[in-house]
Amino acid sequence: MTLKDAKPGMTVRVESLEPSDLKQRLMSLGVIKGTVVKVLRSAPLGDPMAISLRSYSLSLRLADAEKIKVQMV
Amino acid sequence: MTVLAVALTGNPNTGKSTLFNELTGAQQKIGNWPGVTVDKKIGYLKHRERAISIVDLPGTYSVDARSPEEKIVMEYLLEQQPDIVVDVVDASNMERNLFLTIQLLEHRIPLVIDLNMMDEAEKRGSRISTKKLEELIGMPVVETVGRSKQSARKLLDVFTATVMSDYQNSALLEAHIAKIERIQADSVNLEQAEEEIIAQRYELIDQIMEQAVVKTEAARSVSEKIDSVLANGFFALPLLLLMIYAVFEITFTWIGQPLADGLEELISAGLTPWVHDGLTALSVEPWLESLLVEGIIGGVGSVLTFVPLIFTLFFCLSFLDGTGYMARVAFIMDPIMRRAGLTGKGVMPLIMGFGCGVPAIMGAKALDSEKDRMISILVTPFLTCGAKLPIMALFAAMFFPENATNVVFSMYVIGVVMAICMAKLLNVTTFKDEKSTFLLELPPYRMPAMKSVLMETWDKGKGYLIKAGTIIFAMSVLIWFLSNYNMDGPTEAMSESFLAAIGGAIAVLFSFHGFASWENGAAIATGILAKESVVATLGILYGVPDISTEAEAAAETASQMAGSMGGGFTALSAITFMVFSQLYTPCVTALGTIKKETGKWKWVAFAAAYTFGAAWIVSLLVYQIGSLLGY
Repeated sequence: MTLKDAKPGMTVRVESLEPSDLKQRLMSLGVIKGTVVKVLRSAPLGDPMAISLRSYSLSLRLADAEKIKVQMV
Repeated sequence: MTVLAVALTGNPNTGKSTLFNELTGAQQKIGNWPGVTVDKKIGYLKHRERAISIVDLPGTYSVDARSPEEKIVMEYLLEQQPDIVVDVVDASNMERNLFLTIQLLEHRIPLVIDLNMMDEAEKRGSRISTKKLEELIGMPVVETVGRSKQSARKLLDVFTATVMSDYQNSALLEAHIAKIERIQADSVNLEQAEEEIIAQRYELIDQIMEQAVVKTEAARSVSEKIDSVLANGFFALPLLLLMIYAVFEITFTWIGQPLADGLEELISAGLTPWVHDGLTALSVEPWLESLLVEGIIGGVGSVLTFVPLIFTLFFCLSFLDGTGYMARVAFIMDPIMRRAGLTGKGVMPLIMGFGCGVPAIMGAKALDSEKDRMISILVTPFLTCGAKLPIMALFAAMFFPENATNVVFSMYVIGVVMAICMAKLLNVTTFKDEKSTFLLELPPYRMPAMKSVLMETWDKGKGYLIKAGTIIFAMSVLIWFLSNYNMDGPTEAMSESFLAAIGGAIAVLFSFHGFASWENGAAIATGILAKESVVATLGILYGVPDISTEAEAAAETASQMAGSMGGGFTALSAITFMVFSQLYTPCVTALGTIKKETGKWKWVAFAAAYTFGAAWIVSLLVYQIGSLLGY
């Protein structure tokens, strides 16, 4: 599954990141293989989503979340 | 002894700038880094007999030279080699913050690590062993708690007592650097090597965290609870609108406008008669008195009365920004903004555009991609800035006294709709090949430090004061001259002045708009120098004494002007003039800012011309369609 499919409240572990313009920035911000991510919420209009990782919160668009493969923890 | 050079680095949202303000107080200078429009803040102070200079480097998450900010940080640290480099780390968010720390240490830049927000970290269940961290990294570590005098003093003591050459990377870090060098040497694919290095850094961070930090399960954080209301579900959007409404209410009703009224009163009832009497007593030439009182005090004064409004608006926005709410605004608005070809982060600069286009254009640099920045800059001029408001208020009060509020509001709407359409258009034409991105930290909610909010307000608002003292001053003199002289010298009849000739030439452009008089042409011309001047010029030309630029007073002025100006406009041509004023070329100060931000005259010319064209076409449509419908 991808991060896009994860529902609010779910905790997932990052498996891999597909190539994208944001890939390196995401990695610098700590979204790398093995990172545990908690899905906080979707924005009121459904997109973007807010996640929590490494004790901080980050928001990203669903289109970018779709490029992050994750596994349920 | 030489000046001790200190530089502050760190991630955004770590309290670094608050700390900088606490350290340096009002003793700061703000300039630009060479070649880019990133603020360069330097403060000077003395501590224990030692002169210290402190540079606040831009907040960055890493130093990969992907953005101008990142380049600045790296270049400054490597080339200037400050005596002390402080890495401000948000202790409640140490993992991600350490990424930058490690990158800097890889370049063997010795650091003082400032664990800021220690109180917050403890509340969130992290116990950090400073000693252990020092041992693991090899660099001195200081604990601070954000905005407090003690924290600042503690840091200053460390600055004066520390000799950085006493410190070097720990064995752990040197081993990490060796690994990275191996990855670089073995790599065939640059991108892949970069990714392996990032992973390597986080591996090291995990090791450090494991040994230096004890985490206990914390209760759901306060920020989480606030967000479950402010950024979640059904109420988020209405609450956001309410927040924007509150900002406008504070600015235009509760605080800003009363202050502006007071200032206006002070100028018109205090300063003007006083100068008038003084000049009469000195028996100066009438032309000089006319220049000073009508030209300069009239012109500069009308801009000065706007200063309280602008400062109040910026105060509110700086405050909201400091709380962390602005990041939520971006989060909530992103899908809407995206439809217009912008991103959620663009909301903040655009909201500022309702106050003044200049800081709005400057604010666009916070956006991630070149495309987002350019589009945001180019559509800002369509919004109703504080200086356009008096035009709208005056015409609405004069021609539509029954419906004034609705008419003014519809002008705001036209501005917004135009900005959205143009953003969309630019998005599929000029910038169609570039991508927009959105990746945004949602920092914890915090009570901003008042000192920092005030300093930021001053920073953004002082441009207005400078504008009043320079361009508006010069222009007031110019308009006074143009409206009182012609080729043969002074003229009594304004209709024979230079201004009438210029206005008449411009008015030709508006032959099909219903307001082609030289007075209106002149008002439009002066509006390019400053939008405040449109009303002022109309006032002078239609012979209304003591015209006020304020919305409140507009109704009174309107009744005075109606007699003389009424003949120049019908209800339809008045609306047409309002629409044109709402959309046409931004003032020269805004154009100058566009030059500064985009670096190219090409964009200035484009911004000036396409807004004029858009305004001309839209207002023409309004007039012609209105005529056909029989208005």
